[in-house]
Amino acid sequence: MEESVFDESRLPRASGKTTVFEAKSGWRFIDFHELWEYRDLFYFLVWRNIKVRYAQSVLGLGWAIVQPIFSMIVFTIVFGKLARIESDGIPYAIFSYTALVPWTYFSNALTQSGASLVSASSMIGKVYFPRLMIPVSPAVDKLVDFGIALLILFGMLFWFEIVPTMWSLALPLLVLMMILTAAGLGMWLTSLAIQYRDVNHGMRFGVQLLMYASPVVYPASLVPDQFRLLYGLNPMAGVIEGFRAALIGMRPMPWDLIAVGFMAAVVISVSGAFYFRRTERIFADVA
Amino acid sequence: MSNIAVLVENVSKRYRIGSRKKAHDSLAVALFDFIKRPSRNLKRLRELSTFDGSSNDSENTIWALKGVSLDVKQGEVVGIIGRNGSGKSTLLKIISRITEPTKGRGETIGRIGSLLEVGTGFHPELTGRENIYLNGAILGMKKVEIDHKFDEIVDFSGVEKFIDTPVKRYSSGMRVRLAFAVAAHVEPEILLIDEVLAVGDAAFQKRCLGKMEDVASEGRTIIFVSHNMTAIQSLCERVIWLDDGKVVEEGRPDSVVSKYLQASFETLTEQLWDDITIAPGNDRVRLHLARIRPEKGSPLDRISIRTPLVMEFEYWNLEPAAHLNLSVCLYNETGVMVFNTAPVHEPMWQGRPFPIGLFRSQCRIPGDLLNDGMHRVQLLVVKDQGVVVFRDRSVLVFDVADDSQMRGEWHGKWRGAVRPNLKWETEHLK
Repeated sequence: MEESVFDESRLPRASGKTTVFEAKSGWRFIDFHELWEYRDLFYFLVWRNIKVRYAQSVLGLGWAIVQPIFSMIVFTIVFGKLARIESDGIPYAIFSYTALVPWTYFSNALTQSGASLVSASSMIGKVYFPRLMIPVSPAVDKLVDFGIALLILFGMLFWFEIVPTMWSLALPLLVLMMILTAAGLGMWLTSLAIQYRDVNHGMRFGVQLLMYASPVVYPASLVPDQFRLLYGLNPMAGVIEGFRAALIGMRPMPWDLIAVGFMAAVVISVSGAFYFRRTERIFADVA
Repeated sequence: MSNIAVLVENVSKRYRIGSRKKAHDSLAVALFDFIKRPSRNLKRLRELSTFDGSSNDSENTIWALKGVSLDVKQGEVVGIIGRNGSGKSTLLKIISRITEPTKGRGETIGRIGSLLEVGTGFHPELTGRENIYLNGAILGMKKVEIDHKFDEIVDFSGVEKFIDTPVKRYSSGMRVRLAFAVAAHVEPEILLIDEVLAVGDAAFQKRCLGKMEDVASEGRTIIFVSHNMTAIQSLCERVIWLDDGKVVEEGRPDSVVSKYLQASFETLTEQLWDDITIAPGNDRVRLHLARIRPEKGSPLDRISIRTPLVMEFEYWNLEPAAHLNLSVCLYNETGVMVFNTAPVHEPMWQGRPFPIGLFRSQCRIPGDLLNDGMHRVQLLVVKDQGVVVFRDRSVLVFDVADDSQMRGEWHGKWRGAVRPNLKWETEHLK
């Protein structure tokens, strides 16, 4: 018998797939399959953020280097010349700029990501799409600025006649750590911010404080040994010291900071994703 | 259960409404309150996202939907009507997964496109071209699909010349047209529409309705929420009436709409019955069309207190040599009859027997007569000067808008059933 057991009319149409909506509770993790379905939207969100950031501006992408360069100049004068903070024997300008490249990425990505849900609230109330894309896209689009600032860093290394070490091959690992931390904290902060707007007010201030808990203007070698691992719980400590060690090479790679920091970054991003997914069902109602 | 596109089973949705603030009675209390405020704010904000079931919980929450069940078959066009706050939009939000139900479940089969508001995610700094891509992706299209339909979208929107101009320089009309053009080309299998026809001018609204008819005729499922009964009746095969979060009535558009209109005031400026076998009436008279429109315009145009209007009725006379008379009563929103009119001085057919056939009677209402507000038209068809053969209590409902030019210095509501522009003269006598 060639006859099909299925009654054709009972089947959904070609592309039709069943979607269930129901009252859910409890924890859920990222739905990777759905994210993949919406990958084009993610691409356009990232592209929009970049495009809009430099729309109607004279310098355009040039702004990606203005922020770290000017911070470098101010830090060199204030901390390098006036306060005479030691910089592991490297010129203070290159010492601080090497830190400012990942730090500028981190602080911008985190602030954008933290504010992302509130600014997208009208979209959230009008159309369904995987909400996770909202806080994650700033962590990706800021990589463009990061890349430009990194190119300038290589130019400066060349100028100061510094040859990067072979540990530069570990930079992708450090970049991954930096993205995970920014996106993870961003997911935490933005889902808190949509419920409590205080988070928005406190964020810029908090990021500034966090800079002093990271070895941006001073070397991690100033931190007393017994606090070093505790200090490493801030993943940006490992990232920044790793950047310095790999590119300038005055000190060995700080694997202890990197190991502790990487674990912290994974915990932050996984817990951030869980918390975000748990709270996302109320976003449209409280936004 | 074959060919179901949308299934909603006993869905309820609870929202929290803000609890009212208490007034301070003294400076000391106000100061104490200021210090205590953060902890109270925290409690209040936490409550927004949780329901603890405590006793004062019921005061601060509302059930936007209370156990709604419905199913929509593939290819069906279903209208949802109801007062503001009856739960229509909440239902669409749950079906499109924007928000989760508090209780109950449901499923949808096929890709959903929701037009809860056109232009979602439009960014003013981006050009028309860029916004087409961004908005298309937000509505669930893939990049290749947008590439493929790009020219069609631009064509439909009619903004070709400005496609590379930032959207912030567009007029609001252009923005809406572009947004609708994108939305209209998403081609989902299930389309949810919430009151998109409230935007744009009459010509554009007509195009939107036309596009929706195309979509419907391609066999896609549409759920359409609107206050525009004219659109609901011309598009939908079935209408669901929601009130206070519950389904009150569901069934054929004309019967549900007319019941709804008697219970409320929504505009219905045109009704057309193509099929004589199901048109309202009886074996002596059946209605074919009822319409009210500005003298120079369509039923979708805005009516102001100054607009001269034309009321048109077309009806089949099914009995030979009948002496027919129409009688029209106009009621305002307070239920007061504004006037009653009948074609007693009509020159051609008044007093003559009507042969079998289709007739049209028109009645002109001059401008500067009606007051602003909702108006309901009751139609009676009378035979032999006294026998009522047919009656429709709300055959047409229309809204008369105020006109700022006519307001003068007075900013309150002009009272009275009518608002004629009477001629006044004042003379300085002494």
